[in-house]
Amino acid sequence: MKKKSTFSQRLLIFLLFFFLYAPIIVLIIFSFNSTKSRSVWTGFTFDWYVKLFNNSAILSALYTTLLVSVLAAVIATIAGTFAAVGLFNMKKRPRDILLQINNIPVINADIITGVSLCVLFVFLGKIFNFKLGFGTLLIAHITFNIPYVILSVMPKLRQLDKNLFEAAQDLGCTWMQAFTKVIIPEIRPGIVNGLLMAFTLSVDDFVISYFTAGSVETLSMRIYAMTKKRISPEINAISTILFVTILLLLIIINVRQAQQEKASARKRAEFENR
Amino acid sequence: MSEKLINLENIHKDYGGKVVLDNINLYVRDKEFVTLLGPSGCGKTTTLRIIGGFETPSAGVVYFDGKKINDLPPHKRPVNTVFQRYALFTHMNVYDNIAFGLRIAKVSENVIKDRVTNMLKLINLPDYAKREVSSLSGGEQQRIAIARALVNHPRVLLLDEPLGALDLKLRKEMQRELKSIQQQVGITFVYVTHDQEEALTMSDTIVVMNKGKIQQIGTPVDIYNEPKNAFVADFIGESNILDGVMHKDRLVSFCGKNFDCLDSGFEKDETVDVVVRPEDFEIVPIEDAQLVGTVKSTIFMGVHNEIMVETEDFTWKVHSIYNAEVGDKIGLFLTPDDIHIMHKS
Repeated sequence: MKKKSTFSQRLLIFLLFFFLYAPIIVLIIFSFNSTKSRSVWTGFTFDWYVKLFNNSAILSALYTTLLVSVLAAVIATIAGTFAAVGLFNMKKRPRDILLQINNIPVINADIITGVSLCVLFVFLGKIFNFKLGFGTLLIAHITFNIPYVILSVMPKLRQLDKNLFEAAQDLGCTWMQAFTKVIIPEIRPGIVNGLLMAFTLSVDDFVISYFTAGSVETLSMRIYAMTKKRISPEINAISTILFVTILLLLIIINVRQAQQEKASARKRAEFENR
Repeated sequence: MSEKLINLENIHKDYGGKVVLDNINLYVRDKEFVTLLGPSGCGKTTTLRIIGGFETPSAGVVYFDGKKINDLPPHKRPVNTVFQRYALFTHMNVYDNIAFGLRIAKVSENVIKDRVTNMLKLINLPDYAKREVSSLSGGEQQRIAIARALVNHPRVLLLDEPLGALDLKLRKEMQRELKSIQQQVGITFVYVTHDQEEALTMSDTIVVMNKGKIQQIGTPVDIYNEPKNAFVADFIGESNILDGVMHKDRLVSFCGKNFDCLDSGFEKDETVDVVVRPEDFEIVPIEDAQLVGTVKSTIFMGVHNEIMVETEDFTWKVHSIYNAEVGDKIGLFLTPDDIHIMHKS
């Protein structure tokens, strides 16, 4: 039975979303404001966006962010996929323990991951003589991405027919061929989701980057640095771009997942019906 | 070519001390339909997986065509397998699934096209090439799995309970179809099932297994009519099994009476299992009967009634078209060849 929601319930929902999204909406609106005012609307302009793309510091930060995100996502996806396959083929007890360990970085506060990686890099840097920079930033991003890739590949592996790998071998595949020609294509949706997720997390990250990037600057670090001086509406513009990018990526990930769930639900239903 | 295409010699298999197969000796002739039959956990699937190369025996030798193949990996064995849940590749369509093995073997696409088309005809799904695997019914997926294995022209096809997931009617249909496919392509089938009826209708040879041991090997008729022990008798068809004493050759006593039988070679007064098939009883007037009992229950089973008849020492299961009422006194009669005597195992 569906009860009609009362006025107070609707108001509550409205207030909830209002306080969640009002700041972002204000930010987006004022990224198009023609003066620097953050309280008075004076007219529509793209100036801040134009300025943004003439600001070399922002462009170089954008370049760093994209480079580190792409590299980290690709490397983490490869490593995470192999890790998931390895974990999947382990005995139940060690697998469950390792999966729990895998979940710790996911629920851990970013600041702890960031500080601990920073401490580790500084410690190792003293021994092996390197400094914080793009390399450490990349390693940090790969590190925090891998658990998410494992989490998105694992369910796909669980859905596989348990004889699939053997079926491929039975039809003449070597171990490696069975893996590349059958297992990888079968779990590809999970791998792609993991890749998109890793990329999104990397673009989005500020805290961990802040502690591990050294003198290199990512986009979110640049925005933070800009807020320390006089606040320019350029920040609104760059934040809007970042927000929209992340939003689009999340929508893509969610739509893909929903489609896959629908497909597998349909398959299950068919199996039960016959 | 040797007479024995596949030969298993003294095969043992244990998983960390748990014995799964205990001294399996078994051979399969060329073009034969052999069924490994037994309850779940009897080791029949493990035996099949040893032939396929997915398990290695802890001890013993596997010969194929006279050559030892213990260490040959699955992809180098001239056998193909149809798995229980089909294990089709869902990211490919029907055509690509069937063509998979040939492509791995680097057969030219022209030849592949011919062979896949022929296979689709053989399994009665000629127009299914472009279909997605996930859109097919269980029976259709089953056929694709068979085609995907057979297209590689294996010397032997291994089938692991291939009809287990299908409903009864479809299963009957597929049994006939599988048998006819086997006769058309003329290759050896090794078939694993726990369904005794399936085994009886399809096989040339049945291997009955229980608890990792072979109980009996024989033709369906042999296994049904001359079960070697009480387990086989009970597993294949229905049976009345009770204790008896073998007084001398061809004379057994049970239920306090002596009966003539056809068995000999037992020790004097050896305690034995006596097995009588429910359909072998004749219901006769009480004055002509060897056993007299009271009808405890009767169930209509379609072609016959299942009548439970209680005598002083034993309750007999009798299949007969005779319509008895509960509480009736009826007489039972057995001829010597209805009585099967087995050593206690």
